[in-house]
This record gives sequence, C-alpha cells and structure tokens, in this order.
Amino acid sequence: MNEKLILRVVSKFLIPYILLFALYVQWHGDFGPGGGFQAGVIFAAGFILYALIFGVAPVREVIPAAFTRYLLAVGVLLYSSVGVASLLMGGNFLDYNVLAHEATHGQHIGILLVELGVGITVACAMITIFCTFAGRAELNAPEEEEED
Amino acid sequence: MSDEWIIIILMVFMAISGVAIARLHNLFAVVMLTGIFSLLGAAAYVVLDAVDVAFTEAAVGAGISTVLMLGTLALTTSEEKPTPPRHMLAALAVVGITGAVLLYGTLDMPHYGDPNAPVHHHVAPRYLEESEKEIGLPNVVTSVLASYRGYDTLGETFVIFTAAAGVLAILGRVRRPKRRNERGQTTEETLK
Repeated sequence: MNEKLILRVVSKFLIPYILLFALYVQWHGDFGPGGGFQAGVIFAAGFILYALIFGVAPVREVIPAAFTRYLLAVGVLLYSSVGVASLLMGGNFLDYNVLAHEATHGQHIGILLVELGVGITVACAMITIFCTFAGRAELNAPEEEEED
Repeated sequence: MSDEWIIIILMVFMAISGVAIARLHNLFAVVMLTGIFSLLGAAAYVVLDAVDVAFTEAAVGAGISTVLMLGTLALTTSEEKPTPPRHMLAALAVVGITGAVLLYGTLDMPHYGDPNAPVHHHVAPRYLEESEKEIGLPNVVTSVLASYRGYDTLGETFVIFTAAAGVLAILGRVRRPKRRNERGQTTEETLK
C-alpha cells in the first residue's frame, strides 16, 4: 500500500472537500438538489475512499463500529421522534405545521430534523455495510494485501 | 431537439455496456461497467431535469454499489466460472417474448412529456402550486419527500436501517483480528 503515493496524497487532499460537500448537500437540500439521502451517501463515500486506500482499521479508529451502530438507530429515532413530537403537540404524525407558531416555520424545522435523521442513518448504514464487507475481506486474506 | 439526441446517444452507450456486461466473464470489468452504466443513467436524468434523482443515481449506483460489489469480489473471485451454453434457443425465446410483452405494456402508457398524462393531473399540480405557500421551500422535491410524503420517507429510512442491521447480523459477528493459534488454525476456524 505504501507505493500508492499519488492515490494517498490526492485522496487526503480530496476527502475534506468531499465531507464539506456532503454537509453542504445536507443543509442546502431545501434550496437546491440534494437532501439527507444524498448527503449521507457522499459523507460515507469520503470515509470509504479513505478505507479503500489506507485500510479499514484506521477508519475504525476514527469511527468505531459501536459508534456507527448507535448512530444508525439515532437517525431513525430522530426521524420518528419528530413525528411523535408533532403528535404530542396536537397534530397528525409527521405534521410539521404544529412544531412552531407559524406553519411554514414549523415545516422548516421538521424538514431540517427529518433530513438530518435520514442523513445520519444513511451515512452510518453505508459505512457499516462497507466496513463489514471490507473488514471481512481483510480478515480472510491479510497476505494478499502486501502483493497489491 | 438536441436534448433528444443526447438522450439517444446516452441510451446507445447504456445498451452497449449492457451487452458487454452480459458477455464478459471477467467480473471486475463487469463491476466497472455497471458503474459506467449508472453514471450514464445519471447523465440521462440530468438531461431530463431530474437533478435530485441524478444525484442519487451517481452517488449510490455509480459510487457505493460499485464499491460494495468490489468488496464482494474481494471476498469471492473475480472470474466467472465458464458454463457450457445450453438451451440457447429457449433462452433467446424467453428473453425475446419477455421483451415483447414489456414493449406491449408501454403502448398503453402516456408518451414522454405528454401534458395530459394522469401523473400531471393528480396531486402534482397542487404540490407545484401550493408548496411554496404551504411549506415555504423553493425545492419542491424536498417538500414532497420530507413533508407531503414524510411517512414514505420514514419507511425508506427504516429500510436502510434494516439493510445495515441485516448485514451486521450476517457478517458482523467476527470482530477479532485473524491470529493463528498453536495449531495453525485461524480465529475464524476455531469459532466455527
């Protein structure tokens, strides 16, 4: 792996921008193309690119398996809890109008939180699935890696 | 007019890569071609003004699924086992008949861009006209996905959660790094 100098340098240069772009897509999805799903996938792609070049273990040091596993549930729970919150505040399930005094303001808050939940779950799902696959590959054939 | 030509050229490229995928035996090349297929599809969506769909297709179809397929190849093998061709005529007949039935099915559907199509007369006009007032967001796609159809998106998020949980349940159990013990077995072998 040490010989892939260009890949290592270019990926290290690119990954911060990939993550920044993911955040832009996440928070700007209300106004432009994009949203939680795309942002989650792009965010995960940054980590997956790192894992492809430097291996799964360094990525797992940054985001441990337990961390992504918890956040996987946190995203779905955030989404559902927005629905429950609107129920408790007197509206229908996932009716964001009641979340604030003004209907459109409530919609803004609801959509922002819901998209954040989608983004968290998607990003963690992609990282989890990739690291599980790739971690198993490294487990099965650690000798092959040196030949690459 | 130029839009139509771009779509036709993209479609021809997609057809070529589809035929190549069917004929190739090197699975690594097949995975790369499926990625190219998805990227061409994403470009077609951009031409059709479906930027959000194109975004998803490029990120998921061309990016993540290619990487996941490569991960699968790393676990298995990158060369397809050659199987002697059998029942070729029967297979061709099945494919031909299925294709003909599918084409026959599209005859009933409204033409591309037809303003009288039912899809443009159900809830779409209300979304397009009222969402700015009701939701207050300029991107109607986000309004529909997250608010009008929030319940469906919740279901989709649960699907993704379930997919990751399923992968963890099947593959995520061995967490110890592979170490050979005194009998030369791997950790995984002793766990079996």
